Order: sequence, then C-alpha cells, then structure tokens
Amino acid sequence: MSQAKVPAWVSVGLIPLLNILLAFLVSGLVFLAIGEDPIEAAGYLVYGAFGYDEGIGYTLYYATNLIFTGLAVSVAFKAGLFNIGGEGQAYIGGLGVGLLCLWFDSSLPLLVIAPLAIIGGALFGAAWAYIPAYLQARRGSHIVITTIMFNFIASSLMVYLMVNWLKAEGVMSPISRTFEESAWLPYMHDIFAPFGFDIGDSPLNLAFVLALLCCVFYWALVWHTRWGYQLRTVGTNPTAAQYAGIDNAKVTIWVMLISGGLAGLVGVNEIMGVNHNLLLNFTAGYGFAGIAVALMGRNHPIGIVLAAMLFGALYQGGAELSFEIPTITPEIVVVIQGLVILFSGALENMFKGKIEGLFLRKAAA
Amino acid sequence: MTQQTHPYSIELEGISKRFGTVQANKNIDLQVPAGTIHGIIGENGAGKSTLMSIIYGFYEADSGSISIDGQQVSIRNSQDAINVGIGMVHQHFMLVENFSVLENVILGAEGGAVLKQGMDAAREELKRLEQEYSLDIDVDAIVEDLPVGLQQRVEILKALYRGAKILILDEPTGVLTPQEADHLFRILKSLKEQGVTVILITHKLREILASTDNVSVMRQGEMVAHRETSKTDKEELAELMVGKKVRLKVNKDEAKPEQTVLSAKDLSFFDGQGVERLKKVSLDLKAGEILGIAGVSGNGQSELLNVLSGITPMASGEIQFAGQTITANAPKNAAQMRDLKMAHVPEDRHKMGLVTGFEAYEAAVLGYHDSEAYNGSVLMKRSAMLEECNERMAAWDVRPPNPHLKTANFSGGNQQKIVIAREVEQNPNVLLIGQPTRGVDIGAIENIHEQIVKLRDAGKAILLVSVELDEIMALSDRIIVMFDGAVVGEVSANEADERTLGLMMANAWNEGQGAQA
Repeated sequence: MSQAKVPAWVSVGLIPLLNILLAFLVSGLVFLAIGEDPIEAAGYLVYGAFGYDEGIGYTLYYATNLIFTGLAVSVAFKAGLFNIGGEGQAYIGGLGVGLLCLWFDSSLPLLVIAPLAIIGGALFGAAWAYIPAYLQARRGSHIVITTIMFNFIASSLMVYLMVNWLKAEGVMSPISRTFEESAWLPYMHDIFAPFGFDIGDSPLNLAFVLALLCCVFYWALVWHTRWGYQLRTVGTNPTAAQYAGIDNAKVTIWVMLISGGLAGLVGVNEIMGVNHNLLLNFTAGYGFAGIAVALMGRNHPIGIVLAAMLFGALYQGGAELSFEIPTITPEIVVVIQGLVILFSGALENMFKGKIEGLFLRKAAA
Repeated sequence: MTQQTHPYSIELEGISKRFGTVQANKNIDLQVPAGTIHGIIGENGAGKSTLMSIIYGFYEADSGSISIDGQQVSIRNSQDAINVGIGMVHQHFMLVENFSVLENVILGAEGGAVLKQGMDAAREELKRLEQEYSLDIDVDAIVEDLPVGLQQRVEILKALYRGAKILILDEPTGVLTPQEADHLFRILKSLKEQGVTVILITHKLREILASTDNVSVMRQGEMVAHRETSKTDKEELAELMVGKKVRLKVNKDEAKPEQTVLSAKDLSFFDGQGVERLKKVSLDLKAGEILGIAGVSGNGQSELLNVLSGITPMASGEIQFAGQTITANAPKNAAQMRDLKMAHVPEDRHKMGLVTGFEAYEAAVLGYHDSEAYNGSVLMKRSAMLEECNERMAAWDVRPPNPHLKTANFSGGNQQKIVIAREVEQNPNVLLIGQPTRGVDIGAIENIHEQIVKLRDAGKAILLVSVELDEIMALSDRIIVMFDGAVVGEVSANEADERTLGLMMANAWNEGQGAQA
C-alpha cells in the first residue's frame, strides 16, 4: 500500500551518485588534514584514470578483474549466499589457467589454449567454491565462514605449489617460467594497432571482452532462464522455493559453482593476459573489492560494470596521485576507496529514505 | 474516572494520512463516547489499521487533530499515547515468550534499577487489576505456556497496568476459539462497566453486532457511516463496508462424491524441536467433494498441508495418491506431487505462495516454472508467460491487470487471486487450499468461494483448511476437526453447527453432549 514508485533514475542514478560525491567530499577533508589541496589532488586522480590512453587502459584492466569478482559475489547474493571467498577462488582459478598454459603453450596454438584456459580457470575456481557450497548445502556449515577460511587455504596451497613444484629453475623467487607467446592473451593495443588506432601501451587485454560477455551471461542466466528463476526464488523466499519443489541445497551448490567459476576468470586476465607466468598474490584483493562492486552495482550487470570502472579508476588514478604528490601515500588512496565503500555500500540507505520520500511527495502532489 | 466530564473520551477531527500516492486516511472524523465499546469495521485496506496506528503514535497524521477527554493532544510516538491513557492490543502479540506474565507486564515500566521493588509493587497492582476486571490469570505463569486466549489477556493487562483508559484491540478474535472469543467479550464488557473505553477493530460483523455499542464503517480510507449498533444489522453493515449488496451464503448444490482419490493413513510429523505436530492423522478425500478441516490455527493443519503436498517429509504413515504409495522411505517432493496433479494454495501467501519481490507474471508460474509451456531449450519464454498472465488476470479479475507490477504491490485479495488462479488453472485432480480468504475483502471472498465450488462440481477433490468457521461451514461437504495434531471429530456439513464444532475445536466435546455428530 505504501509502495508507490520512485523513478528508476533516482534509485539507480541519483542516490549512488550522491553517495560517491559525499565520499569524495570527506576524502577532500582528509587531504586538507594532511595539508594538500583537494582540488589539485582530484585533478590528478581524474587525469590519471581517464586523462590519457594508457590511463584509460589501466583503469579498464583493473575493472576487468573487478567485473569478474563483482559478478561472482552478485550471483551468489541473488541466491541469498554471501560468497566472501572470491579471493581464494580467483587464486585457484589462476592456478588452473597457469597450469594449462604451462602444459600446452609449446604444443597448441592460442585459439585452442585460450578456450581451454578459460574453461580451466572457471573449473578450478568452481571446484574451490564447491567445497564450502557442499558444506553449506548438506552439512549446514555457514558459507561466510567456510569461504573466508578457504581464502587462507588457497593462499597457503599456492605458496606450497609455487615453492615446491612450479618455481622455474634457476630463479630465486617463487614464479614459474614465462609462457611461450602462444599462451599470451592478446593486448588490446596490439589488436587495435593494425587498424591504425594507437590506444597506448597498457595491460588491457582480451579478457576485458570476456568480462563483458560474462555480464551478458549473468543477465540471461538470472532473469531469463528457469535456473535463474530458481536461484532468485531461493534467494528471496526459501520457503516459497520449498513450496515450489525447488531443491534449495542443489541450487546452493550450482550457484556457488557459477560464482566460483566467475571469480576464477580473474586468472585469465592476470595470468594469461598480463603476467604470462604463475606467481604469488596476483589476486591483490580483487576478490574482496568484488563485494563492494556488487553492492554498489546493485547486483545488476550494468551497475557492476560501472562500479568496477569506478574502482578501477580509483586504483589507477590513485597510483597516479601518489606518484605526483609524494605526501599522498598509497595508503591514503586506500582510505579514499574505503570511504567510497563506506558511503555507497554500508551507508547506502542514509539518503535513500529522504530522497525517495521527496520524490514520492512530488509525484503525489 | 470520576472527573470524566467530557462526553467523548476520544475525538478525531479531519485526520488524513497519505503514503506516497495512496491516501490511506481521508479526512476522518470519529467520536467515541466515554465508557462504550466502539467497533470499527472495514475491508482490508480500508484504512482501519492506519487510523489506529495514528492514534497509537506509530504514524503521524498529515493533518487533523486528536482530542482525549476534550483536550487536544499531540501523539508523536507510542509513549505519548500511553501517557494520555491509550493502550493497544495488537493482532500479533508483543510478548516475550519466555518471560512470566508479571515480567511481561512491567517490561518498559520496571520502575528503578533494582527489579525486586518494582516487581513487588507491580504484583500488588496486578492482583488488584486482575480482580477488578476478572481477568483470571496467574501472574507467575510463563507466557509461552499459556494458550493464546490468555496471552491476549496478558496484553490487556499490560495496557491496563500502564493506566489505559482507552483500549484498542486490533482483530482480537482472529486466533481465538469461539469460546475464548466469548470470554474476551465478557472481559471487554466488564472493562466498559469500569469506565474503560474500548475500540474494537474487526472485519467480523457478528462480533460487532454482539459486543459493541456503536459502530463506524470505513471504506477506501474514508469514514462512511456511524451507527448505533442496536439500530443496524448485518446486511446493512456489510453493504456499507463494500458499497454493494453482498451475499453471505455460498450457493451450492448437494455434493456428489465419487471414488476416493487421496487416502492418508496414520500420518505423523515431528517439528524441529521434536514435538509431535501430527498424530496419526488419517483421512480419505473423494472426487467431487470439499473436505473441510476445522480447528484453531496451530493444531496441525499447516503441517498436514505441508506433508500432503510434499513440502515436508512425513515421519511415518502413508499416502495413497494417483496410483502411488508415498511413505517416509519413498517420499515425493512438492514438484513430484505437482506432476501427479495435486495443486496447493498455501495458507500463507507471503511466506510461501508468492515471491513478493517478483513481478506478477513471474509469481504466476511459481512451482510450474519448469513446465514446457514456459521454457525454450535454454531461455524462458517470457512472452508466453506474459500472455498467459494477462489472460488469467482478465479471467480472475485481478486488479490492476498489470503483469509487470511487483507482487508485493497488489492488495491481499488480488495476491490471493494470483495464487488461486495459478493452482486452479492447472486443472488439478486434488486441490489443497489453506485459508483461501485470509486477509481478502468480501467482494473477492465471494468470487473465490464460487471458484472452489465450481472446481468441486467439475469432479475434483478439495481439501479446505480454514480457521474461519463460517467459511468451513459454508463451503464444506464434510468437516474434520483437528486438535493438537490429531483428528478429534468428523461431521457432515448439514449436521454441523457452530457450537458443536467450537467445542470440538477446543477439545471440549463429549459424545452425547448435545447433537450427536
């Protein structure tokens, strides 16, 4: 009875924008407190993220990882599951990608390795998510706890594998040998070069396209298939799902497989697209940032792409900023990211009620 | 009590309240004479609850004024309401179940940091109140051990303890047996004699007529009539409520029961706490009949529906249905039961029958979402779903007929139509239907009853669970009464009378007492 409509642009556009603006305002106060000019800092930040070709490339490269992990968190969330394990799933996904590249890089062409590695990364990520999913569905262990713990296990496992099995001969650091070029995912600047476009050297590679395809996949799966119907039912009303004869446990398991698979694709971007070898810590917190991206993106693929770009811009612009103004350390940049998460994620309802009320009254008048 | 010189204990003038685009209360005037019982009736969504929430300070009115004993007051929260002597008994009790009656009553009015003092004083005061109003309640009993009727009295006691001179009761008899309801009305009478003003909100006309002095009727957010109860009748009130002539009876012919289509034997079920909720329940359901299950809610009816429909597995017993034997070791889930052509309209459409976040056309396929009619090889056929939803909305007069509207934004009656249409249109052989008209307004009730009878006449078997005795008696061909998880009696519909059923529901029925079933 009290649920009249708020225009869509208000809830998906205006309110998130206000939250971000507020985050930047508070960030400005932080800059003032350490004696820097916030306007100047903002200028560097925006210029670094969007001001020149390489900057944009870097922003999109970071966004690629965040789209994968954002979708991963979001699809699980749609089924009412909080997958905190994106970090570990991405890590193990990368392991899958790396192993396939190491095995086949000298025997198969890129056109075969690429799909193999994509499937491999997704499968490894999915397998890592399967165990917590199984434990939740059949044994009742809470998935938040288990997925967090599996991040640590993934991390230890990778150290063990890298140090004892995968380390290249003759190097002192735990990295594998570099793949042959047949297992390198092409860079975007290499793809565009033959057409006469110079988009600047950046790590942006074909995995970005894969990320966009995953958005389409997510959209079709969640809103246009019977499986999506089931997962949304389980996520919003488990009792109704039971009534409808939907097996909640089964849905929990396969949704987590998809979630883990999406997270695992981070490995395609990082291992196959950029590093071209297996190494430690390439996930760099993308799995966790994915939670914020999903929250901010309102669990919709378009929102997730936009939120991922914002965070990508903060990563890239922040790097530029701390390079240009040495007193602004990378830690301060993390503070800005934290504020954005705080205001758009944790405090997202701060203005919501008031603004919606304003529009409802206007609509009613 | 003695200084009540003003004739009206509560007086509303021009109260308006708007939620977004919905005008829930429109320029409401109400005068309640001191020391009377005043009924407020209206359909669901007529604005009764909103109005009471304004009086009790849950909402603030957009305009208008409230006067208590002739004094204009401003009520911004429930504490203000309590301070001016208003007490409220909610439909869903606000009690701490594992506290004693005494502890519940003083909650929020403990009077100081040391409990003992306050408790002793409260105990004295409660004794006095309890005797004064003959509430008949043990102040040291733990609330969860009390039957609902007594729990309700705790709520009343709570309000009186806080000095309430005006007591508002919201749908107080929804959860009571007829005997408990009678007792409640006796209590209300004695409250009235002591000078308390009672406002009774209900949609049950019989209660209004039996217990109130005056009655006000609300329709679509407006106060449409005030009557002295002694000068009105059921028909007039019903007409005022819905704005057209309503038939209170269901027209149906004699049932022609045929073969048994579903047979349950010794069904048992234990809940999560290990409590036996179904105790060896057996029943036979025949094609072409409506079997009504009467009982106060919480006596195993919900569990019976869930076990029969495959939502929860039984502990023991067996079901014979569609040539299959279903037992604890050979269970069938809800989807499999649907495939055997059993449809189920659950008791609680919000918790179970619908996904309120879904658009109507999505909710309209819940449970049948795997069907070929709605699915291509990979994607769902959205256009087919929409088309069908449009047809059904037209056929069942769902308003507004917009398949894209979120299910939560339909009124209760229209939500129920969406659920019933979904289940009935599958042309099932057995229809389990729980509380078909709970929270549904009178116009829609009639329509739903007609559809149920139509399905019966088409030779389908219908199992009807309802806590509304009127409904059970009007619709059923045969009535089974459940108490504490067991079947305690069976009567054929034309031999059933309210008193017998009420006694059976309270498990106070002895053979040879009154008419033999």
